[in-house]
Amino acid sequence: MEILAEGHGELVGWHDPDEHRAWVRENKSRDLKDKRMTIAEAVAQFVPDGAVIAMGGFGHIRVSMAGVYEMIRQRKRRLILLGKTGVHDADLLVGAGCVDRMEVAYDFGHELRGLSPASRRAVETGQCQVLAEISNAGHQWRFLAGMMGLPFMPARNMLGTDTLKYSSSKVVRDPFSGKPVCLIPACQPDVVFIHVPRCDMYGNAQIDGTVIEDFELARAARRLIVTTETIIPESEIRRKPWRTAIPFFVVDAVVEVPYGSHPCQMPLLYFFDEEHIAEWLRMSKTPEGAQEYFDKYVFGVEDFTTYLELVGGLRKLDYLKRVEELRAPMVAPWSKKKE
Amino acid sequence: MPVDYTPTELMATVASKLLEDGKSVFVGTGLPIIAAMLAQRTHAPRLLIIFEAGGIGPKVPILPVSVGESRTFHLGVAASSMHDVMSLSQQGYVDYGFLGAAMIDMYGNINTTVIGDHDHPTSRLPGSGGANDVGSFSWHTIIIMRQEKRRFVKKIDFLTTPGYLSGPGAREESGLAANTGPYRIITQLGLYGFDEATKRVKLLAIHPGVTVGQIQDNSEFEILMPEVVGTTAPPTVEERRILHEIDPLGVAIGK
Repeated sequence: MEILAEGHGELVGWHDPDEHRAWVRENKSRDLKDKRMTIAEAVAQFVPDGAVIAMGGFGHIRVSMAGVYEMIRQRKRRLILLGKTGVHDADLLVGAGCVDRMEVAYDFGHELRGLSPASRRAVETGQCQVLAEISNAGHQWRFLAGMMGLPFMPARNMLGTDTLKYSSSKVVRDPFSGKPVCLIPACQPDVVFIHVPRCDMYGNAQIDGTVIEDFELARAARRLIVTTETIIPESEIRRKPWRTAIPFFVVDAVVEVPYGSHPCQMPLLYFFDEEHIAEWLRMSKTPEGAQEYFDKYVFGVEDFTTYLELVGGLRKLDYLKRVEELRAPMVAPWSKKKE
Repeated sequence: MPVDYTPTELMATVASKLLEDGKSVFVGTGLPIIAAMLAQRTHAPRLLIIFEAGGIGPKVPILPVSVGESRTFHLGVAASSMHDVMSLSQQGYVDYGFLGAAMIDMYGNINTTVIGDHDHPTSRLPGSGGANDVGSFSWHTIIIMRQEKRRFVKKIDFLTTPGYLSGPGAREESGLAANTGPYRIITQLGLYGFDEATKRVKLLAIHPGVTVGQIQDNSEFEILMPEVVGTTAPPTVEERRILHEIDPLGVAIGK
């Protein structure tokens, strides 16, 4: 096949399809097993230093913040983050020094809230390295190819741009249409965290709202840690099997963590804790401030329950539920005055 | 005549009027969402709004903080996935793609990745996100941004999202979908289109109170001039009311 153009970004998380099949055969159990454990156990068991990781959800929506905090608490290092819409998750992991290399679709920003001081500083000072650029659909299709067990996915994005030049994709002439087409390499991340509203003890999980990239990401992951608002009986899963977004055999750990996405949004359950996110955005303007934040909210608390108490407890969580249900107005303490 | 609206409000109303009833629009964070929501609440109630995380056809109740949050599928026809909406876009279902930009050149190529050298950036920006996909797949791309000499530049530091690349025919040559590309640019100074023959940025209309001189003074590259320069309509009282109902905290539209 004629190669017309080639990105020189580093190829991250790619495996030869047969090597990956062999890995799956050996390492992913098809047996129905109770996978419940604590977040501390899950991170200790499945996240080695240097791993290629991805966070499910959408950067600050349905994110396994319990997983993020635990990786910081266990001082994981040299992680490579697949920054597929990395927002609050990526900002904390980079800001805490856990992640020092990334593939970037969207990172260093908090969408409407503006840019992210901590992770931008890390990149601008060279503490964190961008290994490759990609687009959101590009990242998504890396996981699609990954879940399909294919080496790549053809697509018609990134063509003609620097995004392609800094990606790990290649452009070839399509043997059917004769037109240039972009080949996006598959990605099977070492570890993926996905937060869900409910699942059973085996890992059969349901998702409310958009699944975003998680259908593909869950299936492409080598190790998948599912954190869940609540664990439900297997019988409830089996009563509505069409509701299962993630089947048990791709799941390696099940961790029950109510409010486990805080301060990020959990669709239909609770809204962003904008006051808390604003506190992080304010404190993280300096390295000392960021450290102070981690000392207070990660290293200074015993576990996620103590953390929830510290950020405002039931009163705050009830308020966030009302904002999510459009029964109370949101606040935006980070908002700057515009003309 | 006293001016009782802000440039940001004007950009939102001008953008909103570009969106047709019964068509589809793929929107990015901030002003693009506001413009689409305004269109849906005024002249285009059947505007099909699409969000990259999988929100399809919502009646967005209030300005979302994120293009992936639950307001983006509120009363929608579907809450699906990124693979679903990106695939549909690639297949040709998206009429308008709506983006912001940090830097743009005369062919409508956009930079949202980095200021300075990629590996040693002066300023690191978020990257493509869904922008490259929207700019590749939508029939018409609309860009909304602030116009300054350092943003309307001869050479962008990084080509994140394709405009007309190096000129006529370049998109097709690179393999991008035929008959797609940037359609309009809206800034605080005016409304721009693209010249049919050269694919370069061309002024269509200035905002009330803006001079043609200001248009060129705030661009490093030469802006093509039409024979007749139009003037955009200022926001009405009713449009302004709706804008602040959409964004009551004034996060994107101003206070």
